[in-house]
Amino acid sequence: MPAIDLAKAPQPASTNPAQIRNFCIIAHIDHGKSTLADRMLGITEVVDQRNMRAQYLDRMDIERERGITIKSQAVRLPWRSGLDGQEYILNMIDTPGHVDFNYEVSRSLAASEGAVLLVDCAQGIEAQTLANLYLAMENNLTIIPVLNKIDLPAAQPEKFAEELAKLIGCQPEDCLRVSGKTGAGVTELLDQIVKQIPAPVGDPNAPARALIFDSVYDTYRGVVTYVRVVDGHLSTRDQIQMFSTGVRHEMLEVGVISPEPVVSKGLGVGEVGYVITGVKDVRQSRVGDTITTYHNPTKVALSGYKDPKPMVFSGLFPLDGAEYPMLREALDKLQLNDAALVYEPETSAALGFGFRCGFLGLLHMEIVRERLEREAGLSLISTAPSVVYRVVKGDGKDLIVTNPSEFPNDKIEAVFEPIVRATVLAPSEFIGAIMELCQERRGTLLGMDYLSEDRVEIRYTLPLAEIVFDFFDQLKSKTRGYASLDYEPIGEAEGDLVKVDILLQSEGVDAFSAIVHKDKAYAYGTMMTSKLRELIPRQQFEVPIQAAIGSRIIARESIRAIRKDVLAKCYGGDISRKRKLLEKQKEGKKRMKMVGRVEVPQEAFIAALTTDADVDKAKAKAKGQ
Amino acid sequence: MSRPLSFYIHIPYCVKRCGYCDFNTYTPGELKPGSDVAEVSNGYIDLVIQESKIARSQVKSDEKIPTIFFGGGTPTLMEPDDLGRLLKSLENDFGFTRDIEITIEANPDTVSKEKLSALRSAGINRISFGMQSASAHVLATLDRTHNPDNVVKATSWARQVGFENVSVDLIYGTPGESMEDWERTIESALALPINHISAYSLIVESGTKLAAQVARGEIPMPDDDQSADKYLLADQQFSAAGLNWYELSNWERDGGACRHNIAYWKGDNWWGLGPGAHSHLDGARFWNVKHPNAYRERIEAELSPIMESEQLTSAQMESERVMLGIRLPQGLPKSSLTSESLAAIESYLTSGELSKESWEDGRVSLTLAGRLVADRIVREILM
Repeated sequence: MPAIDLAKAPQPASTNPAQIRNFCIIAHIDHGKSTLADRMLGITEVVDQRNMRAQYLDRMDIERERGITIKSQAVRLPWRSGLDGQEYILNMIDTPGHVDFNYEVSRSLAASEGAVLLVDCAQGIEAQTLANLYLAMENNLTIIPVLNKIDLPAAQPEKFAEELAKLIGCQPEDCLRVSGKTGAGVTELLDQIVKQIPAPVGDPNAPARALIFDSVYDTYRGVVTYVRVVDGHLSTRDQIQMFSTGVRHEMLEVGVISPEPVVSKGLGVGEVGYVITGVKDVRQSRVGDTITTYHNPTKVALSGYKDPKPMVFSGLFPLDGAEYPMLREALDKLQLNDAALVYEPETSAALGFGFRCGFLGLLHMEIVRERLEREAGLSLISTAPSVVYRVVKGDGKDLIVTNPSEFPNDKIEAVFEPIVRATVLAPSEFIGAIMELCQERRGTLLGMDYLSEDRVEIRYTLPLAEIVFDFFDQLKSKTRGYASLDYEPIGEAEGDLVKVDILLQSEGVDAFSAIVHKDKAYAYGTMMTSKLRELIPRQQFEVPIQAAIGSRIIARESIRAIRKDVLAKCYGGDISRKRKLLEKQKEGKKRMKMVGRVEVPQEAFIAALTTDADVDKAKAKAKGQ
Repeated sequence: MSRPLSFYIHIPYCVKRCGYCDFNTYTPGELKPGSDVAEVSNGYIDLVIQESKIARSQVKSDEKIPTIFFGGGTPTLMEPDDLGRLLKSLENDFGFTRDIEITIEANPDTVSKEKLSALRSAGINRISFGMQSASAHVLATLDRTHNPDNVVKATSWARQVGFENVSVDLIYGTPGESMEDWERTIESALALPINHISAYSLIVESGTKLAAQVARGEIPMPDDDQSADKYLLADQQFSAAGLNWYELSNWERDGGACRHNIAYWKGDNWWGLGPGAHSHLDGARFWNVKHPNAYRERIEAELSPIMESEQLTSAQMESERVMLGIRLPQGLPKSSLTSESLAAIESYLTSGELSKESWEDGRVSLTLAGRLVADRIVREILM
């Protein structure tokens, strides 16, 4: 029996680094990482069958529902190797699986010596996994290639073993084959982790240095900070210090997760665990920062610390203006657990009071919005997402624009927009469709490689703004769902960009303004004007809808004045019905927003700000898919 | 103080359901497979008489009945003798005013001169024919069965047998109806021996065959702008022929206005007899169970057929007063509205939807243009 009785296992703070193996799992959403992790918890007996629940490590409801991991965690697994009979401690460091959380992934990798590359052998490797694999290889991590879901009838382990071997530079037969679902091959995997991944190396006598790879807010405990000790030792008696800020904290508790928190005396070289300091806000304990001790601080920080930088901005407004204070409260609360979320109050003539929020990416945005709606019970409208533009004004001064309404109307020298390097993996039959889409989105082809006979990796540079606007949905639909996408920011480039305003009866509607490429301004203008013509009910007077760049009108529609607003029949039995209709209309009128003299139903704003893909998603959700 | 009580009598049977109709009516086959109207309606009038006894016991008024209206369904499917029996019973229980108006809705296809004569003899003195259109293709879209020529015959027979008041119902705005079609319908109607016309723009009611056809894209939705033009044309032609509008969708000449309907719009009291019929008594509204079989069971078990009732709040009564009153030429007294409401509609005087003369005379009343946006003006007043 390779599992070890927990009480007799090597204890935290006194574990020989030679007995430790730190690893993470690199996998795409739904390639079975959580199921495999569950299986490891079971086989190492840190969770008994009775307490096992599916996806044990994903704590938030949203994570469990979407099958994705937003926040990583680390679990200490005692294991007796079946190969040499020795006792080991395996620290499994969970990694988020989405492009928006690349930085957090990089820190999880930095805390590990090895990585399990987990690939669904019915689907093959996906773009984000590939990106994370490259990141792991750059960090000199030992990679253990693993094909998961070998129990599936559609499994093609030979094909994808070839693919992985080619990517890593190993032999196809080096790929382990497991099934997280049945448990097949998992024991062998644990043994191979011990055998292949090097033990951590550090100086136990040096000043303490621990890498923060995650930081989570807990209602009862405050911020729980997950660390990997590189040098020295952390103990409950220490006062600790954050390297980036120099701020000192009391150490209230040190421990490991196995997989529930277990208090320990401390953490030694190579160990992974958590510290609690009483801090109430994750921004005071940032991912990537170095923890050292106050009395014997290190002079050299661990490398790689970055401040999270929002890439995508959107306005969030409560449907009911009275919910504005609740929205503020909910954002404040969310920020305690999300160092990457930024926001400031925004006032829109059309949508009222709300907040301009910055996110790491689209998924991050979606998750934040969903949590606000779910956890705080708010109904929100979000404006079209925007990237961060640098506008060089006529006087040579720079202006950072995250909201189209801030885009200057006077003379502009140049506009710079963020550029990303995008990687798309897909079956080769879709090359044409993908290139067409990227071309259409102002992309520049960087290169293309075959991963296997019929799968390609296509690399493009693209303006981030193009990706933000339903690129992923388009990519999925053009490739029947087979393509995967990863991107990373690589800088900025000058673009021929203009602001398109939408006017109702010559009155600008701020919520509909957009910064777009000059060649696409006309398309945006006609799309919005015709959409609004459908959505806004006819008024007593004709309502012109125009799209304009500055004072130049580029598209125009008009809503004809209503001619007939009367119910022809009203007899005995109609009276109650008609009165009730009137009462309903009265309620509806309360939800109308006035743009000048034009009454615009709130639904029209929502629908105009919603892409077709959003509508499909909402429908799918309504069907419970 | 007691108020007079009118009666509405619902006849829930049709030989066939028309595609646009969402009324509470049933074909014999729906009620009892393989049966005919005579079979399913057997004993129906006795149930209605029984319900009228409930009305008698509950209404304290000793006023005589001013108006009675047989609606449907197709009331002319009933035997005139049966209708006469019901009228006798009502007359015995409540009494009739000397100038009582008794209306029946009629399908031009289900009447003969003899039948009309019998109906007249039973005491019915006003008849309203469902003409709808003079165009065969429009009638076909409406899924109506009658031959337009039958209307000519039926109205003249009605005159011959002594109906003083003869009306036709028209529908405009049917998909596929051209302006010329409508004009021809108006001309045909004006050539009839009538003193009353009701003209309704077609409403696509949800749940009807027509709504399904529109949803499937087989028939386009009626065009509101064209319907507005058709309304204007109708009013112009009717006026030229000496008919006066006395409610949004109703025109009369020679004192042919329907007093029963006016009672609805003025908020008077009435009792609706029969399945699904609505009643109004001093701010209380109630209505009967909808299905004829359920109605029959209730009455036979000597239970009240009332399914639901509501006691109007004063705000609701005010809403009804405004939405009904504005439909009439005299409109609403300004003194009955708040200054906020008056301020909210003042702009309609300059834009031409409200009559300036009436305003100066202390009334809020609609112009021709205003009649087309009556509901909007009601919302302005009430919100």
